[in-house]
Amino acid sequence: MSGGWSLWIATIVVINVVGSAWLLLWAGTRREGDDEGPKTVGHAFDGIEEYDMPLPRWWLWLFVGTIGFAGVYLVLYPGFGAFPGVLGWTEVGQHEAEVREADAKVQPLYAAYAARPIEDLARDSRAVATGRHLFANTCAACHGADAHGGVGFPNLADDDWIWGGDPETIQTTILGGRMAFMPAFAPALGGEQGIREVIQYVLSLSGQPADAQLAEAGKARFGTICIACHGPDGKGNKAMGAPNLTDSVWLFGGTAADIEYGLRNGRSSKMPAHADILGNDKAHLVAAYVYSLSHVGAAE
Amino acid sequence: MGVAPATAGDAATRPAGAARSAKARVSGVSLYAAREPIYQREANGPWQRLRTVVLFALAGFYVALPWLQWNGRQAVWFDVPARSFYLFGLTFWPQDFIYLSWLLILAAFGLFFFTNLAGRLWCGYACPQTVWTRFFMWIEWLTEGDRNRRILLDRGPWNRRKILRKTAKHTAWLAFSAMVGVTFVGYFLPVRDLVVRIVGQSVSGGEWVFLAVASLALYVDAGFMREQICKYACPYARFQGAMFDRATLTIFYDAGRGEPRGHRRRDLSPAAAGLGDCIDCRLCVHVCPTGIDIRQGTQFECIGCAACIDACDSVMHDVGLPKGLVRYTTESALAGKPLPLLRPRVVGYGAVLLVVACALAVGLARRMPLDVDVLRDRTTLYREVGAGLIENVYTLKVMNKSQQARTYRVSTQPPFAVASATDITVAAGKLGELPVRVRIEEARLDRASTSLTFAVQAGDDPLVRVQHESRFLAPAAVANRSDADDRANHGH
Repeated sequence: MSGGWSLWIATIVVINVVGSAWLLLWAGTRREGDDEGPKTVGHAFDGIEEYDMPLPRWWLWLFVGTIGFAGVYLVLYPGFGAFPGVLGWTEVGQHEAEVREADAKVQPLYAAYAARPIEDLARDSRAVATGRHLFANTCAACHGADAHGGVGFPNLADDDWIWGGDPETIQTTILGGRMAFMPAFAPALGGEQGIREVIQYVLSLSGQPADAQLAEAGKARFGTICIACHGPDGKGNKAMGAPNLTDSVWLFGGTAADIEYGLRNGRSSKMPAHADILGNDKAHLVAAYVYSLSHVGAAE
Repeated sequence: MGVAPATAGDAATRPAGAARSAKARVSGVSLYAAREPIYQREANGPWQRLRTVVLFALAGFYVALPWLQWNGRQAVWFDVPARSFYLFGLTFWPQDFIYLSWLLILAAFGLFFFTNLAGRLWCGYACPQTVWTRFFMWIEWLTEGDRNRRILLDRGPWNRRKILRKTAKHTAWLAFSAMVGVTFVGYFLPVRDLVVRIVGQSVSGGEWVFLAVASLALYVDAGFMREQICKYACPYARFQGAMFDRATLTIFYDAGRGEPRGHRRRDLSPAAAGLGDCIDCRLCVHVCPTGIDIRQGTQFECIGCAACIDACDSVMHDVGLPKGLVRYTTESALAGKPLPLLRPRVVGYGAVLLVVACALAVGLARRMPLDVDVLRDRTTLYREVGAGLIENVYTLKVMNKSQQARTYRVSTQPPFAVASATDITVAAGKLGELPVRVRIEEARLDRASTSLTFAVQAGDDPLVRVQHESRFLAPAAVANRSDADDRANHGH
């Protein structure tokens, strides 16, 4: 707040406080004619007249008390222009204090969970429930409330893992995030004909109906480029997040059109790192929840 | 109520000299009335006995209520941090505040009905202000003596006796206030635990403040404010006058019989002395808790406590005249033209009172101890899960408002089908969350968004069942198809 505005607000505050005190004094000052007994306010309804009777004195003291309160408040709290108040209170400070207080309350609970292995937590219904709440707040936006994912977002409740599904890897994924990238391969695969052949081969890998002749040709082309990431048998590579092409689980869809789009334009996925968002202890619990989905009496 | 300051117009009509002196201040603040202390004399009689019975019944009820147990917890407990409000077998959630509204409407019409029938019955017999003030007056009577002694004590010098009596009075007041204050707080914090913790000195700072405010409020109110609250602060006192009519039972002084008032020798009959029945003993003024003289007619300060009736009846009995010089009667009866009790106003208030009471009772009886919210996943619009099926994801929030753990089953109307776990167990008074996947064949969808109804039903009671509507989103292809149909139908 600049000095001008500070002065402006301070002036308004002073005028209000002093003005209230003056009004109180002025209205309560005895003048000539005040002692002639109660007057009426000068109207009558159904023959009933309203007296102008004095207020009780304690009522006046309540007013005085509010003016005194204003003075005390302005010393303790911000309100008098740019003066921050001797207590140093701010909204942000109060919020931070409350967050600290809440953290201090829940920290021991998280710490107790953090000390136990994820497989153990995945069988502890309370730990899983807490993990589910954290998941709903942080992860469900992409992976869905049921963790079954969607197009471009992996299903976390099945047994098919792109980066690996052991407890430690899940926690690593949550904390550090993941980046996967497949370039566009149309020219490298030999143009239109190459694309057609590879599509048929990839369809055949996952047991979908495919043109055997084209697929056979596609296999050779697959061997020149695609095996670098997806492996010689197309089973993928968890070290680089290359999906398995031989099962029925598809990250971006498994139709010929979906495969074609991927080959022509490439694909890229990114899961952000959550180390700063969740922290180790909470990530540990989320990992336990995710692990429980596919390992402990899975939902389906 | 306000103080009307002398206006410029007033000043203009005065002589110039007076206008100048009007500006001259007379000492200090004087346009505010100091409270006239009221030394109430104890009245005895049938009405005061009735008031005492009501008083002890209400105060006893209020103090005992938090100590009652129900299913291993406090029977009446307003657990604000957990947002659970227990009333014996009922648990209210914040969503149930509509019932509180109905209760307040019921209370309002109760006030209208009884006020129209018999004036300020509430104020005189049932209001907490009346109840606690009377307890405080008893303590005053026990420690300082009757009216005359109290007046003398207050006027007298500060000697050892006065200090002792005053100390005794305030100590007793504070102790009584603390008891009522702890009881009040006990409605919000479990009272048994609270009392144990007060004794064990393990009460938190915030709880001390709560206890202190509740106790000191009563001490200041019933000890010092008393009738001032009724006269200046209470809104009900203000508008109850609007519910009076000529047939309302009110406390009246029968001026026709009593006037002209005056002292007279015991052996003279009133007629012989040329006087009315009132002997001007001022007992009715001395017993009045608001310090008014009922013989000036009905006044807004009168709280209808009937102390003056009892006082006057005992005097009339002593001087050998019939009772009822001050009595419950109606304006029309006093004028010699009594009106029937059952008049349109009373019947109307009574009918509304009955309807609201029935509505509240029926509403509570039919209250569903289950509430469901359905949240569609905001990010996953739809999924194609193969075999021509489309899937939508929802989170069902199931609120178990009953007092036992229950298992609920989730279903949808065909052709929609739930493709995930359908059962959820929720502890008593808790909220459970269940992610639900709903599937349908794409061929059965004909628009972008279809209405879908979830039903949630308790496994142990088919009557505990809630339905909740949501939307099921279809793939873009379906939406485009239906748009094309629309265009074809409209001939665009």
